[in-house]
Amino acid sequence: MTTTTAPTPDLVVQPSAITPDRVRLPRHLLSAGDLDRVTAEHVLSTAERLEQAIAGREVRKLPTLRGRTVVNLFFEDSTRTRISFELAAKRLSADVITFSAKGSSVSKGESLKDTAWTLQAMGADAVVCRHSSSGAPQQLSAWVDGHVINAGDGTHEHPTQALLDAYTLRRHLGALEGRRIVVVGDVLHSRVARSNVLLLSTLGAEVTLVAPPTLLPLGVESWPVEVSYDFDKALVGADAVMMLRVQRERMSGAFFPTAREYSRSYGLDERRRALIAPHGIVMHPGPMNRGMEITPQVADGAGSVIVEQVANGVTVRMAVLYLLLSGEIEQSGGVA
Amino acid sequence: MTGQATLIRGAAPYGEEPQDLLLADGIILATGSDAAADSRAADAEIVDGAGLVVLPGLVDLHTHLREPGREDAETVESGSAAAALGGYSAVFAMPNTDPTADTAGVVEQVYRLGRDVGLVDVFPIGAVTVGRKGERLAELAAMAYSAAGVRVFSDDGDCVSDALLMRRALEYVKAFDGVIAQHAQEPRLTQGAQMHEGEISARLGLTGWPAVAEEAIIARDCLLTDHVGSRLHVCHLSTAGSVEVVAAAKKRGTAVTAEVTPHHLLLTDERAVGYDPVFKVNPPLRTAADISALRAALADGVIDIVATDHAPHASQDKETEWDNASPGMLGLQTALSVVIETMVLPGLLDWRGVARVMSEAPARIGRLTGHGRPITAAEPANLVLIDPEARWTVDGAALASLSTNTPFQGMELPGRVVATYLRGRCTADAGVPAGH
Repeated sequence: MTTTTAPTPDLVVQPSAITPDRVRLPRHLLSAGDLDRVTAEHVLSTAERLEQAIAGREVRKLPTLRGRTVVNLFFEDSTRTRISFELAAKRLSADVITFSAKGSSVSKGESLKDTAWTLQAMGADAVVCRHSSSGAPQQLSAWVDGHVINAGDGTHEHPTQALLDAYTLRRHLGALEGRRIVVVGDVLHSRVARSNVLLLSTLGAEVTLVAPPTLLPLGVESWPVEVSYDFDKALVGADAVMMLRVQRERMSGAFFPTAREYSRSYGLDERRRALIAPHGIVMHPGPMNRGMEITPQVADGAGSVIVEQVANGVTVRMAVLYLLLSGEIEQSGGVA
Repeated sequence: MTGQATLIRGAAPYGEEPQDLLLADGIILATGSDAAADSRAADAEIVDGAGLVVLPGLVDLHTHLREPGREDAETVESGSAAAALGGYSAVFAMPNTDPTADTAGVVEQVYRLGRDVGLVDVFPIGAVTVGRKGERLAELAAMAYSAAGVRVFSDDGDCVSDALLMRRALEYVKAFDGVIAQHAQEPRLTQGAQMHEGEISARLGLTGWPAVAEEAIIARDCLLTDHVGSRLHVCHLSTAGSVEVVAAAKKRGTAVTAEVTPHHLLLTDERAVGYDPVFKVNPPLRTAADISALRAALADGVIDIVATDHAPHASQDKETEWDNASPGMLGLQTALSVVIETMVLPGLLDWRGVARVMSEAPARIGRLTGHGRPITAAEPANLVLIDPEARWTVDGAALASLSTNTPFQGMELPGRVVATYLRGRCTADAGVPAGH
């Protein structure tokens, strides 16, 4: 079998009306707030181009990051995010190493800093970091030379999830300017919500957060969002509704009385689904608690793009890896 | 004991009229024109005090010396050196050591270690409850009547949250004129708390430490103190709301005193952006509005004293994930400069005021008779000489502590300690502790 290794002109970024120095990604992707509108749109259009490029290939793989090493550093279990990044890196022909905390030196008490130095010594070009502590990827970025991509840190952020959500939204709704998006559930503990609020508002969307008051952070008043406790009212005419996973263990913290009461007030069923705009879509970052925050009928029904989100995750992560690492490729003498 | 005398020429007590001070036999032997005229001045060591301010030696009511147990982070010796270099002649050592200072044996050990080092008087604080577990009272009287003569009791690091236990502690220490120094933190409201609860914590995804968790305990304790007629000291008060609660209690006559730390006078919760755990502290850094309220309260006396909450931590306990890192900051060598920066330069406090909040009042709360005394003849020669015009840049690695966790790293601060005297003996001279 012959692998296509010809140069890929469709991957050369077309600056169009955008000045090149304004589309430069930050060195690390730690927060969705690191991306201004031009840069965020550039990531999304790059993802589109990558998707087209790969769709036309016999072997679904691009040679772009050949010889580069991407380390998946997962201190917290997350099979779906890990394999999504793994696939994204492999489709760009990078070497991928997965470093899981369980069974590694980390579980034997090795510090984050020592782990960082180990990766540094091994010459990782990019480190994809998932951690249960908010801020750990940012701390890591001070200790390694490679690019750090936050793959979800504690209750802080999950910027590539927000990018894949924005990508999915754009495909269904076009430009996001003025689009009304309702985000529902455990905002307090949700890194997905934080990143989405930042990115969607950067892209011009109007975000409404719906949650019981106990699951909204104190200080949410300063966020660029509307806040509502009335799910039905917020849904009327919305362009999209994004359900957040509610962890059952939150009940022990008495954030809400029972799963049943939560479901009644903040669960998405078919009656509520019918309230959104006819073109509206239903999203969920997964994994879902079917019957808790979303009924199976809605999850699998019309307008649900939940499975598509997973596919788009790979594409968007390819774009992020490509854009972060290709800057260096250019510096070191062009694409191989 | 008749060692060599010291004649400090032309330093200004409380920043007022410059005059000479003759130190001999552990006391201020003479002042003004009497000093140079005294026979002991003839062979005295002469110290040029021109342009310097002289204050009574500083007293820190809230220090962590980490010994016994965490000698990798700080020892009585290294902490004493830091204290002397910071202008202190006395420090109170918090009991959250390993073993806990909850028995006469442990407090006497710390007291003796301090005496052997000899750079600063170390007064151990006794734990209120056994092992600081908040379950039953430690042997408070045994510690009070030990060689250490403990008068201040605290479970610092943890709150005596049980209302009945707190009531009993407040009542019990009346027998020996003790005081309960409360770490005010409602435990249920602060489960897993990482930083001040507000806009920044919401953005950073760090569990919030709400101001009300401090204010509710202070309010309760003031009422308990009234009820049993005892004495309460509030450790590291950090919020504008706490200021209001203490002000109201003082107004109605509650025997409550309160301290503020230098870091709470200068740094806000914005420092958590970037997740550098050097800025993690308990209670957490608060907002600019809180800082304004704390400064005003310190100026008008609602807050009685500045205490450092000097909390050394080994690097492995700080260079880690934020929620895994130990809370606390170095403070002994930067406290005076931060007070000058935040209180003296803005005109909120004069040097008399600095003497009051950093020496006289903390000595009085801790029932010390030999510290925080006036700068007059026959008083103990516990003094600090300060160059108010000097500026210096903080470098954690250059501080005397075994740890380097200063939140003021790289900051340029005003005021430098030129010398510290403990009963007439120079314990820190131009940045070098005695014996080094």
